[in-house]
Amino acid sequence: MATVELLIPPHPAHVRTARLVGVAAARRTRLPDDLVDELRLAVGEACSRAVALHSQQGLDSPVVVRITDDAEKLVVEVCDLGPPPGTIGGPVHELLRDSPGDPNVALAFLAGLVEDVDVQANGGGTSVRLAWRLLARVR
Amino acid sequence: MDLTLESREEGDRTVVAVGGEIDVYTAPKLREQLVDLVNDGRYHLVVDMEAVEFLDSTGLGVLVGGLKRVRAHDGSLRLVCTQERILKIFRITGLTKVFPIHESVSEAVAAQD
Repeated sequence: MATVELLIPPHPAHVRTARLVGVAAARRTRLPDDLVDELRLAVGEACSRAVALHSQQGLDSPVVVRITDDAEKLVVEVCDLGPPPGTIGGPVHELLRDSPGDPNVALAFLAGLVEDVDVQANGGGTSVRLAWRLLARVR
Repeated sequence: MDLTLESREEGDRTVVAVGGEIDVYTAPKLREQLVDLVNDGRYHLVVDMEAVEFLDSTGLGVLVGGLKRVRAHDGSLRLVCTQERILKIFRITGLTKVFPIHESVSEAVAAQD
């Protein structure tokens, strides 16, 4: 089991930093290539949302990105200190039209993108947990 | 990689060639370009996405915003994209129903509204 933990300043430019680290960590695991692309997009979405919430709230504190893999799974957790997301749902194309700029549209996008997504309240903020199953090790 | 934007006129259409990564950091530049074009009276836009390497929901939001703006002037916004990884993003968000997506700039420019 390996864990990579990254703290990014709540600035949009560092969302790319998180994507690059996420992809580099994923490439060290047995995650299939098409899912590495999915992970790149998903990490970006989760971090964009977190960074936008910190910025809206005037919070300087970093967004925490934790990437953990074991024999079976790769898990990415993105933790923020922003307000809870509330309920957001519906077709993403309608949310983009009707709620432009709402950071929580990212959650609806993630729900359509990644099979295993879990959003939890976590110590005054939100934790978005994304998980992918790894290919079995060949013995 | 950063975002690159180049626009040119082809008849009554304006083609915006976009390259690089469209994300939460770079999307405002694309928004500004689309807003400027509409303010200049260019209401029929073709956004060429063939050189786009990354697109997230912020970028999608900018495209949807651009569509709303041109439609307010009875205009159009057509996309050019053949990259599967980008097309997949339009499919999972239902945006293939919202944007006409073409295989080439010439096809998009020739399309009738």
